[in-house]
Amino acid sequence: MGAYNTIAFDAEKCDGCGDCMTACATAKTGTTEISRSRIQIAGNAAEGFELALCRQCGDPKCVTVCPAGALGKDYASGVIDWDGGKCVDCLLCTVGCAYAGIALDAGTGHVAKCDMCDGAPACVPACPHGALKLVTTSRIYNEVGNWEDLFAPGLAGCQGCNTELLMRHTLRRVGPETVLATPPGCVPGMGSVGFNGTTGTKVPVFHPLLTNTAAMLAGIKRQYKRVGREVNALAIAGDGGASDVGFQSLSGAAERNEQILFMVVDNEGYMNTGMQRSSCTPYGAWTSTTPVGQGSGGMPSQGKTQDAKNLPLIMVNHRCEYVATASTAYMEDLYDKLDKAIQASKRGFAYLHVYSPCTTGWRFPTDQNMEVARKAVETNFVMLWEYNPRDGLQFTRPVDQPLPVTEYLKAMGRFRHLSPDQISHIQGKVVENLAFVKQMAQRQSA
Amino acid sequence: MEQTKYLVVGSSHAALEAVTAIRMHDTEGSLMLLTRDPHLPYSPTVLPYVVSGRSAPDAIFLRDEKFFARQKVQLKRGTALKALHVERNAAELADGSEIAYEKVLLATGASPAIPPIPGIDTVSYHVLRTLDDATKLNAAIKQSKQAVVLGAGLVGMHAAENLVKAGARVTIVEMAKQLTDGYFDTTAAGLIEKAFTDNGATILTGSRVVKLEPSAVGAKLTLENGTALEADLLLVATGVRPNMDFLAGSRVEQDKGILVGDSMQTSVANVWSAGDCAQARGFFTDAKVMNAILPDAAEQGRIAGMAMAGDPGLKAYPGGVPLNTYHFFGRHAISVGSSRVPEGGEVVTRFDEASGRYLKAIFKDGCLLGIYGVNEFFDGGVMCQLILRRVDLSAVKERFLANPLATGRELMSKLWR
Ligand SMILES: Cc1cc2nc3c(=O)[nH]c(=O)nc-3n(C[C@H](O)[C@H](O)[C@H](O)COP(=O)(O)OP(=O)(O)OC[C@H]3O[C@@H](n4cnc5c(N)ncnc54)[C@H](O)[C@@H]3O)c2cc1C
Repeated sequence: MGAYNTIAFDAEKCDGCGDCMTACATAKTGTTEISRSRIQIAGNAAEGFELALCRQCGDPKCVTVCPAGALGKDYASGVIDWDGGKCVDCLLCTVGCAYAGIALDAGTGHVAKCDMCDGAPACVPACPHGALKLVTTSRIYNEVGNWEDLFAPGLAGCQGCNTELLMRHTLRRVGPETVLATPPGCVPGMGSVGFNGTTGTKVPVFHPLLTNTAAMLAGIKRQYKRVGREVNALAIAGDGGASDVGFQSLSGAAERNEQILFMVVDNEGYMNTGMQRSSCTPYGAWTSTTPVGQGSGGMPSQGKTQDAKNLPLIMVNHRCEYVATASTAYMEDLYDKLDKAIQASKRGFAYLHVYSPCTTGWRFPTDQNMEVARKAVETNFVMLWEYNPRDGLQFTRPVDQPLPVTEYLKAMGRFRHLSPDQISHIQGKVVENLAFVKQMAQRQSA
Repeated sequence: MEQTKYLVVGSSHAALEAVTAIRMHDTEGSLMLLTRDPHLPYSPTVLPYVVSGRSAPDAIFLRDEKFFARQKVQLKRGTALKALHVERNAAELADGSEIAYEKVLLATGASPAIPPIPGIDTVSYHVLRTLDDATKLNAAIKQSKQAVVLGAGLVGMHAAENLVKAGARVTIVEMAKQLTDGYFDTTAAGLIEKAFTDNGATILTGSRVVKLEPSAVGAKLTLENGTALEADLLLVATGVRPNMDFLAGSRVEQDKGILVGDSMQTSVANVWSAGDCAQARGFFTDAKVMNAILPDAAEQGRIAGMAMAGDPGLKAYPGGVPLNTYHFFGRHAISVGSSRVPEGGEVVTRFDEASGRYLKAIFKDGCLLGIYGVNEFFDGGVMCQLILRRVDLSAVKERFLANPLATGRELMSKLWR
């Protein structure tokens, strides 16, 4: 049993035009009588529009009150099916459903409900405003849920660790024919390189120095090639290891276009060793080496005083086979990019930069990972884009109406001390970064 | 002696929902389902359609053997509970054998109540509660030329319609002053009555049968006012009584039914009850009531199952809300909530004679208490939530009455989307 696709409704975008209802009535009844549509838009322009539609409940009341066995949930498709041959038109299902998801169709005298049009609902493409969407995120779960997790269970990550989630997904996708390099940082720190002669992975893994990860991995890949074996060479490194001391070997490997996939897990600091700042730590952030307090010499200390280095943009300037930024709050986007990066790494250097909120070092509750990751994108603090030499740089999830950056900053403790000046500095940087990446996107596509 | 962790007695809506709820929380604990019926589970509510021939008797089952195997439920059909020995947690069956249980659910539903009319035991008559009743009645209807139905509740009315459609002359005898008393008000009942008389049925409301005796045709009925009726088919549909004989002499408290609290527990430990046999709190009154309808049986069964399995997701029973739907001669009637108008309550009705559309709503302090429609479709489930949530409708009342369907959906989307 998997998870299912659903039709999602964004009330903000609906203007009540009724095109969805016309499309449904046409598809299901061959008429344009919207009263017979199985998707019903209620409400008005003043107070907003609302939706009545079968939710294909997991524990459906309509099914439990049907005396005729005419309704049943199909656990393969997730759809609650109606069997007209068994239905006795008693209407009890309409009394059972609290969502008006099954109702009398006056045209036939029988009840009617959404059947998801065999997976391609007619209403969704009919909406001219994008208010209806077929949400297919569950596909990832359905597809990878049964794949083998190639990390051992019981890694010692912090509670709610985003990096653990990310690396497990990544290795699952890259697959068993992989050699993994992981330099000092949270990834080996939680046990993936193992203890006492056993590893925490089910693929060959090694633990290079912070400085030489890309170089070692490139060498290993070349040796495999020499002996005629096709393997994926994957590095999962922290931002410190990649942007600071490891940068020289990373840049070298990218310049030589080595056939490896280098993933950076950017938690914006050396979190594993006690939350020191890195060159990826953003301006104003508290870390153990950019403290908040009295400071010295009459200069109060207010977090990091420099802006973060934009490592993925630097990688674009290596003209790699593939460069992309990603976030675990947007898994479909991430998987898409992972697929492209795997393919690109067979031709040359592929680089993936994933923003990975750190519950311990950023100071937010352990259940807020996705929320923090999402807010970063919704405020444009983090931008999701991809680059390849042929198509240039393109946004994959442009945010047209970003939230103010304070929505992101206030989600965690490491920014709690910020002064209004510091906040306006950060907001200014967000605007500047966006303009910069936009320019690159235009230049590249021109 | 056989042993089981969970013993569920009955195999209809309340029992099946309890099984689902138990298995949701406890996938392994031994579970046994007993039913005195010989068939796979089915709903009494579908039986009028077996009588009419619309539903094939072998296509109405709600679960199959595979379901029970998959859910690790031992199903014993044709096995009646005779006595419950609560002092030693044992169920005695009709054949004298016993089953030891840790927890038992009594979901034994109801059986037709047979009125004490003099001579009733001298004539043959039909009732409708089991599949076997329905197949017998289905055969009899085809032969009938003049039929009498005692009782104008929904069961009687359904059967009467089937008889009319099969070509019999049908008389419905009802003690109350109107048809479908307790389900629909006088106006709605009038619409229903007219549909029946237009189709040739005779309806005698406010009439009581005082004597029954065998006759050449079948049975002869004498009414209080002296009128005599002959019937080749007599259907007794004068109400139901809960099945709880097996509690005779036990400590389990009973009134009109088996008395239960808000998680369907009885007065005795390890014993729960749900459905038509249980008497639980009403939504409109704290007094315990019989609310013998399918949706409530399912709801109560689910609650009982969760309570028995110790599911922490259990929420207390909000109290029974009457809900009824009724199809007659191509028309439909829906009633949700209370039909009683309390002191300070307000009744609004709307009737369009030409289309036969009728709507009635009862409010108190801006909140909906009950809503009835004939040929006026609205989402009963949405209405029920408006009642249960005691939503104040003062601000939208006009719109609501003009179009309960659209307004209900709007409110639903805002309040519990
Ligand atoms: C003709 C008809 C039409 C109806 N129409 C409607 C309608 O339109 N809407 C509505 O809401 N409701 C309707 N009802 C009522 C509805 O069917 C009941 O409310 C519902 O079936 C109650 O379910 P239950 O599980 O409580 O009990 P029941 O359905 O009565 O089932 C009781 C179960 O217990 C078993 N049992 C009984 N005694 C014993 C024993 N001693 N040992 C072992 N097993 C036993 C029976 O075999 C049966 O399996 C109708 C009923 C009838 C008869």
